[in-house]
Amino acid sequence: MLGTEFIKERVARALQLSKSDETQITFQAHDQALTRFANNIIHQNVSESNGTLTITAILGRRTGSASTNDLSDEGLSKAGERALNHARNRKEDPHFPGLPEAQSIQPIQAFDDETANCDPSVRAEAVGLICNQAMAKNLTAYGAYSTATAEVAVANSKGVMAYHSGTRASLQTTIAGDNGSSMAEDSNWRLSQLDPAAIGQEAVEKAIKAQNPCPIEPGIYEVVLGPYAVMDIVENLSWTGMGARSVQEGGSWMIGRMGMEVMNPLISIWDDGCDLAGAPLPFDFEGVPRRKVSIVDHGIVRSPVYDRYTAAKDGVETTGHASPPDMLWMGGPMALHLFMGTGDSSLEEMIRSTGKGLHINRFWYTRTVHPRDCVTTGMTRDGVWMIDDGQLAYPVKDLRFTQSYVDALANVIAVGGNRRLRISEMGSVVCVPPLKIGIFNFTGVTA
Amino acid sequence: MEDLMARAMNLASLRGAQYADIRIVHSLTESLVVKNGIVDSVTLDESIGFGVRVLAQGAWGFASSLAPTPEEIDRITDQAFAIASASALVTQGQSVALGPPVTSQGQFVTPIEIDPFSVPIEEKIALLMQVDQLMSKVPGVGVRKGNLIAIRERKLFANSEGAHTDQTIYEVGAGISALATSESEVQVRSYPNSHGRQQVSAGWEMVLGWDLVSNAERTASEAVELLTADPCPRDQTTTLILGGSQLALQIHESCGHPIELDRVFGTEAAFAGTSFLTTEKLNNFRYGSEVVNLTAESLRPYGLGTFGWDDEGVPAQSTPIVREGLFTGYLMSRETAPLLGMSSNGCMRASGWNRIPLIRMTNVSIEPGDWTLDDLIADTENGIYMDTNRSWSIDDRRYNFQFGTEIGYEIKDGKLGKMLRNCTYTGITPEFWNSCDAVCNEKHWTMWGTPNCGKGQPMQVAHTGHGASPARFRNIKVGVV
Repeated sequence: MLGTEFIKERVARALQLSKSDETQITFQAHDQALTRFANNIIHQNVSESNGTLTITAILGRRTGSASTNDLSDEGLSKAGERALNHARNRKEDPHFPGLPEAQSIQPIQAFDDETANCDPSVRAEAVGLICNQAMAKNLTAYGAYSTATAEVAVANSKGVMAYHSGTRASLQTTIAGDNGSSMAEDSNWRLSQLDPAAIGQEAVEKAIKAQNPCPIEPGIYEVVLGPYAVMDIVENLSWTGMGARSVQEGGSWMIGRMGMEVMNPLISIWDDGCDLAGAPLPFDFEGVPRRKVSIVDHGIVRSPVYDRYTAAKDGVETTGHASPPDMLWMGGPMALHLFMGTGDSSLEEMIRSTGKGLHINRFWYTRTVHPRDCVTTGMTRDGVWMIDDGQLAYPVKDLRFTQSYVDALANVIAVGGNRRLRISEMGSVVCVPPLKIGIFNFTGVTA
Repeated sequence: MEDLMARAMNLASLRGAQYADIRIVHSLTESLVVKNGIVDSVTLDESIGFGVRVLAQGAWGFASSLAPTPEEIDRITDQAFAIASASALVTQGQSVALGPPVTSQGQFVTPIEIDPFSVPIEEKIALLMQVDQLMSKVPGVGVRKGNLIAIRERKLFANSEGAHTDQTIYEVGAGISALATSESEVQVRSYPNSHGRQQVSAGWEMVLGWDLVSNAERTASEAVELLTADPCPRDQTTTLILGGSQLALQIHESCGHPIELDRVFGTEAAFAGTSFLTTEKLNNFRYGSEVVNLTAESLRPYGLGTFGWDDEGVPAQSTPIVREGLFTGYLMSRETAPLLGMSSNGCMRASGWNRIPLIRMTNVSIEPGDWTLDDLIADTENGIYMDTNRSWSIDDRRYNFQFGTEIGYEIKDGKLGKMLRNCTYTGITPEFWNSCDAVCNEKHWTMWGTPNCGKGQPMQVAHTGHGASPARFRNIKVGVV
């Protein structure tokens, strides 16, 4: 950890050294450690300390940026000069809305000392436990256990100075037999909330049931999706269209659907960067407080997320979703703290209520085929089971699907009552329940 | 920096390391994007740091930091030891063995004519603005985009066996795209490659050679034409000719990844997946037809996988992967190669100072064949020509894949016919490559770049090269819906 005082001092110094008319500084630092295991041994075990400061120099409506992890005065000056040179050598952007004024930001306590100070031996002990669980059943364990601290600061020459520190821990394991595998995972900003034994047990039990899968014909099936599969649906909907830029540029699935009920009323999706149930970050990368945004409200498409640039174009207020500098290549504001509403059902009840269908653990390597309907292709992975008369009848070989995720959520039959959380390496959040969907299109099978 | 590297290796030796190495990496990345006549972003990112890898008690530890100072060298080396000690708690009695020592010495610099960082920013912006202005002449294009990237990475490597290398790698990338939309359609056309750009290990001269200006209006026009083009025939089996850039990605996904020996041994099973090319298949499996010859090397000009030594100090070299259809080689490391009774062929690459090296593709390419593209099309009675990737997906063992391309053309009676939109094709890897019956010749061969290959936990993004000419495949399912 670099710490509040150091970071605020360096950010203030960068502002001071900047020679542009106006300046914005973003600072991201992390200490991250990850213990990786395969074949029941720890085979990779790493740690990293880094801090990157990005300077945006502003001359009227001309901007230029530079970043550095040389946090000395010399390093900050050099980055400032580069940013200024970039700003000088470009024409004005008539849409640039200028820098925000300082606003009140409610601090959020989401930093856990135990997580921040996690010793590699603690992760090793947990990994050893999972490997033993696997070996006790003649299975093999693979996975990764990571802990991290993250510090973010945003400041500008108009008086914005925002700082937040947080922690995160993530454990994922794949358990494999001779002919089949399954996976389980969990994340939290507090290490103490992860239960390695429970995660290992979940994966082991599913892996046992996943052995010796049978081939089936592709086609349209009713499906019960575990939360890991639902995470993929929500993440793909986010990447292909929850940001205002993709709406404005014509690529988003939200186009032509705003204000319309296009998904089942059981479906609500929102973005909330202040929810302690995720990995909160109370401000965006322009230093604007994050607002909770209802993206889909009981099946009705409501709103994308905005930064100041896209908000100015649409004549609305920013929602506080400006992306970090290292994610700008993804195109504009992004929904990075996604939640799906829960329902009355459960995974077990969804399976019991299915006459014929498939229960799927997760999706893999999903890619957009057509963005307007979020038509996505991908594979199942780590556990697919045929449901017959309300029971898991037998495991099934992995299938390829090609399916509009918008249509999938229109055909939701039931929503589970409990959610599962994933915090990514970048700190993004997705927190979703299991779903039962009436129509899902499988177009191929693996060998 | 030399003193710091020696300090780390001495400390590691004092602590009792069986092996240690250190990389100090200093990288500079300049990126420009112009969108609809406005400079969308112009950035210059600089990063310096170091990572120490230690093998102690038969297990690995790695630690890294942004500050190459004596105090930090000591702290990080000790941290790497502590991590290795933790790793040693879960080894099931196994120990890492690295094979014969590596003692490489020397310097490597990417051969370039024009240093991309010497080209003034205003000249680069002017080029993208000129291209944008040409694309703007085409009605119906909603988003015009141009981007340029220049990278310089200097990497110092030393190990406890006496290796010491100093490499400076240059890369340049450039690309333009036009997005056209209608009520129900979104179409994009790109040049020279999709997903932002073509990228190679070279100087600014390559960007000039791609001639973005001459290709601007055509790119924009094709995006608009695609809106009303006929859709790719649905659920049909036909003859498919793939253009070079699409074939390069096909090679990346269905050849390059399954030959990573660490995947074969399961070390990526929790994330990137495994491989269907299990070790009993080496020299014993028909991967493709007799016209399919694939090579992995780190020597060819312009390849994003071209260097002097890998990140274990193993010299750049060439390995036949498939010869006349027979599977003959893997991408290997010092740790994995001895398990097959071999030595590393130099495929360990880390995506920065803060990552450990993993087995990554270098340049994995299809060797040119005998055909000209005109003759190949003329020889094809009915089929589809597809090029420029739009979507890609493959299963975790690298068997079942599905790709989409930006553009296709019907082939009828040996002639290219009408344009097709929303083209997709799918297959099973060895069936697909065994259906290949023709590869175009050297004149059509290009070294393509894939600058966004993801692998590892934490994630690493590698840059890989893939040389390819257009090629023909029979009985392929297209138009997946």
